[in-house]
Amino acid sequence: MRTRKKMLQATLAIAIGGILLWPEPGRTMEAADAPETVEINSLARLYSGVDFNHAMHTEIASCVQCHHHTTGGEVTDPNCIRCHAKSGEADTVSCKECHSSDRFSKDDLSKRDNPALYHIDKPGLKGAYHLNCVTCHQKTGGPTGCQDCHTMTEAGEKMFQTGQHAPSETTGGEHSGH
Amino acid sequence: MKTTVSRRTFIKGGLAGTVVATVLPEKKSQAATFEGYPDGMGVLVDLTRCVGCRSCEAACNEEQKLPQPDKPFDDFSVFDEIHHGQKRRTDETRYTVVNRYDVPGLDHPLFRKIQCNHCQEPACLTSCFVNAYTKTPEGAVIYNPNVCVGCRTCMIACPFNIPTFKYSSAFNPRIMKCIFCYDTRLKEGRPPACVEACPQEALTFGKRNKLLEIGRQRIRETPDKYEDHIYGEHEVGGTAWMYLSSVPFDQVGFDTHVPKEPILNYVKDFLGIVPMVLTVWPALFAGFHLLATRKDWLKNKNEDTHEEE
Ligand code: SF4
Ligand code: SF4
Ligand code: SF4
Repeated sequence: MRTRKKMLQATLAIAIGGILLWPEPGRTMEAADAPETVEINSLARLYSGVDFNHAMHTEIASCVQCHHHTTGGEVTDPNCIRCHAKSGEADTVSCKECHSSDRFSKDDLSKRDNPALYHIDKPGLKGAYHLNCVTCHQKTGGPTGCQDCHTMTEAGEKMFQTGQHAPSETTGGEHSGH
Repeated sequence: MKTTVSRRTFIKGGLAGTVVATVLPEKKSQAATFEGYPDGMGVLVDLTRCVGCRSCEAACNEEQKLPQPDKPFDDFSVFDEIHHGQKRRTDETRYTVVNRYDVPGLDHPLFRKIQCNHCQEPACLTSCFVNAYTKTPEGAVIYNPNVCVGCRTCMIACPFNIPTFKYSSAFNPRIMKCIFCYDTRLKEGRPPACVEACPQEALTFGKRNKLLEIGRQRIRETPDKYEDHIYGEHEVGGTAWMYLSSVPFDQVGFDTHVPKEPILNYVKDFLGIVPMVLTVWPALFAGFHLLATRKDWLKNKNEDTHEEE
């Protein structure tokens, strides 16, 4: 259970952090300043990277829907508002600055052991991408199949044992041994 | 961190406890008060996040060097398979499977990943007569294939139907089940292969205590999204793999009637009735004899089939 003291510590830590990172006024990014496409490929291994059509998405979604509190407007999530109503914009709009690409590594887990940390459940980079994209695509009828967004690589075909690595016809069919 | 609870420790608490308990009923056994290793790891499986992509199944197959599957791991027709009236289950060729559930009133299906739950007080471990199982301080329930006699007691004892057997060409019965990637990953503090492969972070790896905190936070912050229950927090005395769901757990294939205390306690109660040595062992030895003969029989049979080929 989270004690009052811990809550206070957490709030204080966030408050101090907030002051240090307070943005200069008038830095709000215009959608037009944003890049046309963003290549999302830092984790690509089993699938190729995604050429994310950023311009198209700015037309159908507002910035905060994906960038949370980092740019383009006030925080709306009631859970975030509790602490971040006046946090303002963050220093960065890049997903990977906050969502670690080595989620579940020893280092990542030990950082989350800090009892003063409230955000113990912040998704890693891969999780952040997929949870953000897929959840919205499910609601709005966007593409949700793995290969709708990125094609499987040779390494992927090997792991999924598909394509040129698919089980041969003779061994296929009903699962044996039952 | 060095000590591990082997069956011996459990049995000391269990069997000795039973004997003591018959004489001095007020004395508690060690095992019954064992609350699991404080730093034991676990995985929180969030069914609201799982999209049924089967990446975890593919990663497990690769990591555990399991045989080639019948169908590719990107073939989703497996979700329609029914064997003996049941959805797919884990076996000696796959330590984990993902199944689809169409829940009435929901406009999308839900998916549930199945594997060993790495119980805090595992029934497989306590029921094994040859000390094949170990619960490691890291949280994994692993086994020593060399001592297993293939009696299948663990298979019957496990409340989640997890252990299965391979009668390999060497005629050694071998338990086959998820080992939490102990040898290759967990031991070194790395996440299991399935967790690493999951695109949706539907599988959260961490200290079990921390996972309970995370689970409660998710429920508290988005109460409309979740059932107010973490499956595995108390079920069978607690499990290292735990689950969050948006619908009642029995609608997505969970057994909601498992006891909220370790199966061990039940075994103990049972043992308390009649001294086991006098009643069960003769039968068991007869069973072992049969098994030994069965091995020969299988061997002969296999040789026969070989000749046929
Ligand atoms: S789920 Fe079954 S096999 Fe796994 S630890 Fe628990 S009792 Fe043992
Ligand atoms: S923990 Fe390892 S052995 Fe168990 S299901 Fe995941 S990948 Fe397979
Ligand atoms: S990899 Fe993750 S999202 Fe995909 S089926 Fe497994 S648990 Fe579900």
